[in-house]
Amino acid sequence: MQGKLSRFNITALVLGFAFLYLPIVLLVIYSFNDSKLVTVWGGFSTRWYASLLSNHLLLDAAWVTARVAFISATVATVLGTLAALALVRYTRFRGRFLFSGMVFAPLVMPEVITGLSLLLLFVAVGLDRGFLTIVLAHITFTMCFVAVVVQSRLMSFDRSLEEAAMDLGATPFRTFIHVTLPVILPAVVSGWMLAFTLSLDDLVIASFTSGPGATTLPMRIYSQVRLGVTPEINAVCTLLIGVVTIGVLAAAIVNKRRDIQRQRDEQAAAQAN
Amino acid sequence: MKSLGSIRRSFAPWNDPQARPYISFQNVTKRFGDFTAVNDLSLDIYEREFFALLGASGCGKSTLLRMLAGFETPTSGRILLDGQDLAGIPPYKRPVNMMFQSYALFPHMTVEANIAFGLKQDGMPKAQIAERVAEMLKLVRLEQFAKRKPHQLSGGQRQRVALARSVAKRPKVLLLDEPLGALDKKLREATQFELMDLQQDLGLTFVVVTHDQEEAMTMADRIAIMDKGKVMQVATPAEIYEAPSSRFVADFVGSVNMLEGTVTSRNGNSVVIKGNSGAQISVENAGDAAPGADVAFAIRPEKIRVTSKRPETAANAMEGEVWDIAYLGDMTVYHIKLGDGQVVKASALNSARVSEDPLTWSDRAWISFAPDAGVVLTR
Amino acid sequence: MSQASAVTRPASEASASHGPGGIVLSAILSRLVIVVPYLWLLVFFLAPFAIVFKISLSETAISMPPYFPVFSWEDGLSGFWENVKELSFANYLWLVDDPLYFNAYISSVVIAAISTFLALLVGYPMAYAMARAPSSIRMVLLMLVILPFWTSFLIRVYAWIGILKPEGLLNQFLMWAGVIDSPLQIMNTHTAIYIGIVYSYLPFMVLPLYATLEKMDFSLIEAAQDLGCPPISAFWKITFPLSLPGVVAGCLLVFIPAVGEFVIPDLLGGSQTLMIGKTLWNEFFGNRDWPVASAVAVVLLLILVVPMMFFQRAQARSQEQER
Repeated sequence: MQGKLSRFNITALVLGFAFLYLPIVLLVIYSFNDSKLVTVWGGFSTRWYASLLSNHLLLDAAWVTARVAFISATVATVLGTLAALALVRYTRFRGRFLFSGMVFAPLVMPEVITGLSLLLLFVAVGLDRGFLTIVLAHITFTMCFVAVVVQSRLMSFDRSLEEAAMDLGATPFRTFIHVTLPVILPAVVSGWMLAFTLSLDDLVIASFTSGPGATTLPMRIYSQVRLGVTPEINAVCTLLIGVVTIGVLAAAIVNKRRDIQRQRDEQAAAQAN
Repeated sequence: MKSLGSIRRSFAPWNDPQARPYISFQNVTKRFGDFTAVNDLSLDIYEREFFALLGASGCGKSTLLRMLAGFETPTSGRILLDGQDLAGIPPYKRPVNMMFQSYALFPHMTVEANIAFGLKQDGMPKAQIAERVAEMLKLVRLEQFAKRKPHQLSGGQRQRVALARSVAKRPKVLLLDEPLGALDKKLREATQFELMDLQQDLGLTFVVVTHDQEEAMTMADRIAIMDKGKVMQVATPAEIYEAPSSRFVADFVGSVNMLEGTVTSRNGNSVVIKGNSGAQISVENAGDAAPGADVAFAIRPEKIRVTSKRPETAANAMEGEVWDIAYLGDMTVYHIKLGDGQVVKASALNSARVSEDPLTWSDRAWISFAPDAGVVLTR
Repeated sequence: MSQASAVTRPASEASASHGPGGIVLSAILSRLVIVVPYLWLLVFFLAPFAIVFKISLSETAISMPPYFPVFSWEDGLSGFWENVKELSFANYLWLVDDPLYFNAYISSVVIAAISTFLALLVGYPMAYAMARAPSSIRMVLLMLVILPFWTSFLIRVYAWIGILKPEGLLNQFLMWAGVIDSPLQIMNTHTAIYIGIVYSYLPFMVLPLYATLEKMDFSLIEAAQDLGCPPISAFWKITFPLSLPGVVAGCLLVFIPAVGEFVIPDLLGGSQTLMIGKTLWNEFFGNRDWPVASAVAVVLLLILVVPMMFFQRAQARSQEQER
């Protein structure tokens, strides 16, 4: 029934994906441009990658960003998973409406508002701006994305698995650790990855909440981008894209492999019958 | 119901060489990639006929229906409707309507709007649409549900809305894809007769796809049994049941005992078969079975008698042991194990509350049947 | 019978194997599931808005923090009331007086609305084609839509600078192809912002659309055609109305953040374009006027509260349906 696509559909897909990918591809290509003029092709070269290695400002910023992203993604994953459990499992508790509002609102909240409000909070309580404040801010906005990802997995979760575990004598806590968590783990992992990349990418919230000595990579890139397009920035961007793409593809391939293996096992089991 | 039965018997355009088929599949083939769904199939359906395509899932019956509706194009071959070649005519211009297996009721429209949808496409005046919709609602007894949305209806009600919507345009042919598949057993039986009455009242040609043989047997004037994209037999329900043309058809429809053997002699229309077990079976209406041919003698369980002693007058009788007894209330099915190990099923109507000739497990028993009780199958 | 045993057995066995402490621990843990994220969001998401509101009523001061009055615990209750009296709506009057802000709000909403519409035009055919694609490649297509979302927003916007600027790749290409003689001025115009927003937010539009279109029963379209409806008309009568939840969700997911967008107007829109996210940023970082920046944020939030409520309701409804 849905075996083949009409010409219109194919055109839509080709144009749509060209629109999505062409700019990124061009950026990657021009990061290997020998010419200092970004838009004029001067031959293939990797010299901008070499010059990155001596750019201590960028390297420091990258190190800060990686640490921020790792810590905030990890905490956000715990909090976001808890929030998802609360939303899916406890359909009635006081303030649930407010709670679900606070989980969904940050998904669409303009970053300038989130950034400003968090900064003012930190100033009001007298917290010095720096590494810690960026981490706190990133936990807050990324945990909501984790919650949404985990929530959708929990919705399709077969509750009778948990009931079976409890029927066999497991406490709710043990049931969660031994039954629920393994089943939702893929969603938790992709939630962590999402939180990590969101934190890695964030410019606006980090700009508001950072202080001296804690400059993240996007902030560093932004300040250079404002001065114009340079091949060096293209190279940094290419590296970032590469890291993220490899991470995402690796996760997808691992998932796919597992699916295929499972299908094979099921087939083998069916034949054994 | 009696009157309907007699009307049916006199309606047999397929036996009339003068009759022109209304729908005609001519050497139709449909391939999806490597898979051949319909394989060089030819089939004629007559006007006002209630025609059933019966087969297991994947036999090509739905593809055939979808080609008639215009959702699939034949890879080769022609489909004619009332003499007109349907090739190149899109579904929305064909004078056929379909009732979908899922009903495909538009969830964002009321019952009324669903029924009116097709009429609006034809640009029918509003007053006339309202009139026709009211008529249809009355036909399917859903007058008080006109303003409901599909999700506010029960399964049976949805089925009736789908039916009303598909006949509202008075199509030349109504196609029904598993029309009763989603209903429970009781409702299905009641709806079968409603569909038959409707078809009679409106004088439409119905083509129904089903995997349920009981449904096909009850409703259809003729049934086409399909397997692997081919038609195995086209005949009336009685012919299909009593005179299947092949082992496949005999086995597919109803319950059957298949006694394999070789024809040893033929006299006119009668043959003697030497069964693989060594037993002699004499059969009338042997078809085209020639001496020496490997054949199957197919006989329905209800045509076999089971007795504790050898019957004196039976043309065919074999001895065996009662292997299993299934008491079903209205009848009892005996599984009799013959000398060569083959188990034959025989059913007996429980016309008396207490049997005169009680049989129980492991008893010796005789099965017997008349020479015309079964058919000889060469294919 | 079996149900009764299922209910009673775990309780007795659980207490036998883990002791009563296990149950109490479990009860506390299950309470923590709600309390911990709840408190976190209250402190780090909701409370800051109260502070933003309070500071929006303050005055600018050349000090650290650069506003007045500053509440502190040492002042006690009387000091608190003294400070409250100092608060005023002066910043809001300022926003109303200065047409700059008013225009910024209007143009933000207009730009976001136009971009959202364009994103719908681009995203709908994509989502439709994906939903109709053979299921074997559907996952790959979905992956391809999500992948750019994983790569940095800033980088993706930056990529367009090299393409759109006067001596950029697009102009080079068009001039090489002979379509134009002199470079088009796209950079630093509204067009550049539209492109940037559509590009950056396209996955947000495509994903909800795809989700609703994929769930849709294709036999509905066949039924419509069977009843005499040509394909294009069937699209508008059946497919589009049924995909409206996805259209609404997608539009809100693009519109709301686009109104407050900062990076795109800043990098692609040049100094000419006025968008409120940029105004807020400039007030804060440029003028160091925290109270006015706060007032700008409060008003922006008020503008967005209605679409956000819509979003939350749509979200809740789709959840209800999945149950």
